[in-house]
Amino acid sequence: MDIIVCVKQTPDTSEADLAIDKTGRNIKTAGLVLEINEWDEYAVEEALLLRERLGGSVTAVTMGPEGADAVLRRCLAKGADMAIWLKDEAFEGSDAHAIARILHAAIKDQPFDLVMVGTQASDLGESVVGVYLAGLLGVPHASMVKAVDVMDEKVRVNRELEGGLEESVELLMPAVLTVQTGINEPRYVSIMGIRKARRKEVKVLGLEDIGLTPQDVGEEGSWMRVERMYRPPVEKEPEILSGSPDEVASKLVEAFRARGLI
Amino acid sequence: MREIMVLAEHRMGEMRDITHEMLAKGRELAEAQGDILVAMLLGSGVEGFAEELAPFADRVLVVESPELENFNSEAYQEVLKLVIRERKPRITLIGHTSYGIDLAPALAIDIGAPLASDCIDLMIEDGGVRVTRQIYGGKINVEAILKEAEHHIVTVRPATFEPGEPGPRGNIERLEPPATLGPGRKAFLDYVEPPPGEVDISEAEIIVSIGRGIKDEKNLPLITGLADALKGEVGCSRPIVDKYWLPKERQVGSSGKTVRPKLYLAAGISGSFQHVMGMKASGFIVAINKDPKAPIFRIADYGVVDDLFKVVPALTQKINELRQSGG
Repeated sequence: MDIIVCVKQTPDTSEADLAIDKTGRNIKTAGLVLEINEWDEYAVEEALLLRERLGGSVTAVTMGPEGADAVLRRCLAKGADMAIWLKDEAFEGSDAHAIARILHAAIKDQPFDLVMVGTQASDLGESVVGVYLAGLLGVPHASMVKAVDVMDEKVRVNRELEGGLEESVELLMPAVLTVQTGINEPRYVSIMGIRKARRKEVKVLGLEDIGLTPQDVGEEGSWMRVERMYRPPVEKEPEILSGSPDEVASKLVEAFRARGLI
Repeated sequence: MREIMVLAEHRMGEMRDITHEMLAKGRELAEAQGDILVAMLLGSGVEGFAEELAPFADRVLVVESPELENFNSEAYQEVLKLVIRERKPRITLIGHTSYGIDLAPALAIDIGAPLASDCIDLMIEDGGVRVTRQIYGGKINVEAILKEAEHHIVTVRPATFEPGEPGPRGNIERLEPPATLGPGRKAFLDYVEPPPGEVDISEAEIIVSIGRGIKDEKNLPLITGLADALKGEVGCSRPIVDKYWLPKERQVGSSGKTVRPKLYLAAGISGSFQHVMGMKASGFIVAINKDPKAPIFRIADYGVVDDLFKVVPALTQKINELRQSGG
């Protein structure tokens, strides 16, 4: 079972106050903590679990600038066997489609049974790269996967639908799976793992190494061009309760009583 | 005249709301362009759906085959790529739903059509498409332009556009399924229903809901304490279920329960659109969050910008005091 898992480094913005930069087309990333995309953490875990059950290898791949190899080191420390870092100035400004083309160019000649990616990334949230990649590779896929069961040349998965419902789907391998959060419990990185990972190689590949041209990548190779970013307009201004926690609690109690809630 | 195509989404014999939401937006686009609005319906035994959609589109195109009885992205892709190549619609709208996420990107690659996903607005410009989408969990909006092409695909966020009113009945046209349609490399097997839970929070009149802000499983009693004081049920956002801190039956949002209690109190929940979809119809919404920019405040009636670890205990105590004093 040879598995390629694609991961992305994303800023943790869950509690960050985001600002838009001078160009108006990007957010200011200075000061934000970079980490592995949450969905990818589950994809990595699922790949490692499958390899532990069935043997084979796990190769982690990322595309990103200086520092992005930190997510590959994390995958190696968790037990991935190999890592590929797609790094080139030409890649900057790539949209999801260009990123999928870069990933495709890098892995198309590698043997694999499964490619696993996170269903979406916490930054742009497009939920497209994995399924683009399947289209480019010409292999079947399933997205939003909540359970994986490999049976000979087939893989049976549960896909998440709406309202708690799931569907069971069967694919011929090789195939691409996009993994949903909650499918497993991602392991922690151990000190032993970090030590072992130091001896593992991170292969760095650039534009020419993967046989692409500048027209294929960056803004030129992209389908979507960002014009501007802005804060969403406020549709409904809530009544903000201020004061000490005690004062706020009293105001809430009053509001609940007025509405007959208590 | 060109066509504006909307892919109808249905499951288990029911038309999904997103279909009517997209048809309403599609109507607006078609009127602005002088185009024809087409509802594209794939399935098996779906005459009823064709009739249902006819008053909402100028034309309903129906492709029926046993292979299309349940959604299968591979079969849908096989049909749609041929229909789109032949009819050359200006744009195809697909729901940004579990089905759309599975279908649209592969179809886009197949026919070389630039795609924008999860859009909350779109308009057609000379040769291109301008879209609005949200990034960073709804904290920032982006306006983007799709590369010029003969055809574009846009997936539309559910519950974004209001469904439209019926109009003159459109024509229903049947298309032959492609000869190539047959068992492929992807097979739908079955639906998997969620296990019956111990509680049905969608029946609760008061829900106290917790998100990432609770930080640790050991802090959960804080929230059950408040729910008990309010005689309500505990709900939560997705990350809490992903971490196995609470069972799936308590998850509020598009992939969990849709609730509309009299009071929804969201503590430490940022308010992703998936969560908001499951609770925005609640009677009275209170949000407690440290981040004043958290999207949850955009739909809340009352907001408290503070640490839930300070506000929740104070609130629980006040309510319990009130109850003891017989108030």
